[in-house]
Amino acid sequence: MGYEAVVIGASLGGMHALKKVLMQLPQDFPVPILIVQHLSPKSDSFLIGYLDGLCEMVIKEADEKEKIMPGHAYIAPPNYHLLVETDGDLALSVDEKVNYARPSIDILFESAADFYGDKLIGIVLTGANYDGAKGLKQIKEKGGLTIVQDPLTAECDIMPRAALKMTKVDYISTLDDIGRLLRCLMMGGERID
Amino acid sequence: MMSNEEIEIKLLMEALFLKYGYDFRNYSAVHIKRRVLRRLTVSKLRSISEMIYKALYDRSFFELLLADFSINVTEMFRDPPFYNALRKEIVPILKTYPFIKIWHAGCSTGEEVYSMAILLKEEGLYERCQIYATDFNKTVLVKAQQGIFPIDCIKDYTYNYQQSGGGISFSDYYMADSSSVVIDQSLKEKIIFTDHNLVTDGVFGEMHVIICRNVLIYFNKELQNRVLTLFYDSLLYGGILCLGSKESLKFSKYEAKFQAVNLKQRIFQKKFAP
Repeated sequence: MGYEAVVIGASLGGMHALKKVLMQLPQDFPVPILIVQHLSPKSDSFLIGYLDGLCEMVIKEADEKEKIMPGHAYIAPPNYHLLVETDGDLALSVDEKVNYARPSIDILFESAADFYGDKLIGIVLTGANYDGAKGLKQIKEKGGLTIVQDPLTAECDIMPRAALKMTKVDYISTLDDIGRLLRCLMMGGERID
Repeated sequence: MMSNEEIEIKLLMEALFLKYGYDFRNYSAVHIKRRVLRRLTVSKLRSISEMIYKALYDRSFFELLLADFSINVTEMFRDPPFYNALRKEIVPILKTYPFIKIWHAGCSTGEEVYSMAILLKEEGLYERCQIYATDFNKTVLVKAQQGIFPIDCIKDYTYNYQQSGGGISFSDYYMADSSSVVIDQSLKEKIIFTDHNLVTDGVFGEMHVIICRNVLIYFNKELQNRVLTLFYDSLLYGGILCLGSKESLKFSKYEAKFQAVNLKQRIFQKKFAP
């Protein structure tokens, strides 16, 4: 308990999955959410405007050295890695791709695990690659809580399965349950079994 | 309280500065940490403390670290909309000058410098330009000077070039063999590649344009301010500063001293009155 941040990684099919999770969270969700969604480097900021219009939380593109605020969800810009700086601000980098991806989920997860330790919740959603598996393992090793989308309900099950293979995760859930679980963990109320 | 790892990394940075004069102490800590830990894994040393010893006594190991800390991810006409904005909004300003000095700071292996040279050539400005392309990493400068790039990148570069508003066939600018392309010699005429360290070196005088993209994101706020001072002092009034697509003057003391020419493409102009 006492979680301070949530990190989410998504790839193929992620736009729909993110929408489903984020739409369930209230405006006053008490912690920030940091998100890597694999996108083409040439894509514009459509995803952000789209999600921001649908969700109660503020959804925005991550800026470099931006202060992280509760109730905000930050999405990595296309073609930049997103990291948590050692002082807790956001950082961006154009380092080499990791797992053929920039932004890479592993990079976000590893830096967030370093900063937040056991106060972090990591979530891997649908995708057609292996990014995020290593990062989720590190979150678990540092005592954080790990959640993976149920592969049977994922638009693409490769990324969830890769994460499950590396880590004995705390929850394997549908998208609806992930939203409920986050509300429950962060704000009390309904029980999850 | 700092972890042992953080202390060790701090000591390593201190050692590199005292021994070799390269100052990474104000680089983004998360960036340095990633690089150091990766080198630790690859080198099979037991700890960062052991790395400090090796860096002090083995110059070739220090060179490896130096290469680790410099980011050399670049491409020709990276972010085509930026070059498009240069053509449309900056070239008309440059055309009013009889002589144009351009500083490309942190030029890495040179792809973006040659892109600029191509753009200037197509706009009929190249002959009156002098481009200074600098980097702290001498190895990448040698590569930049050679202007030889792997051929598998050419497809992407050609696409970028076309998207950037390029007027002719991109293949006119290079000679290809089976594995690489060599940049046309005439593009090198007005470029001087030279060693300059933004962290420790001084003003580079009287520039009309400074291009420094995706370098500041690796610096902490203090160092960002130092470098922006350097840029401000190196620019003529009305001079142009181009930053990376996620970099800004926000929160720096220079926000009010520049005006945005194209905010989305991060192109700024030094105000005429101080």
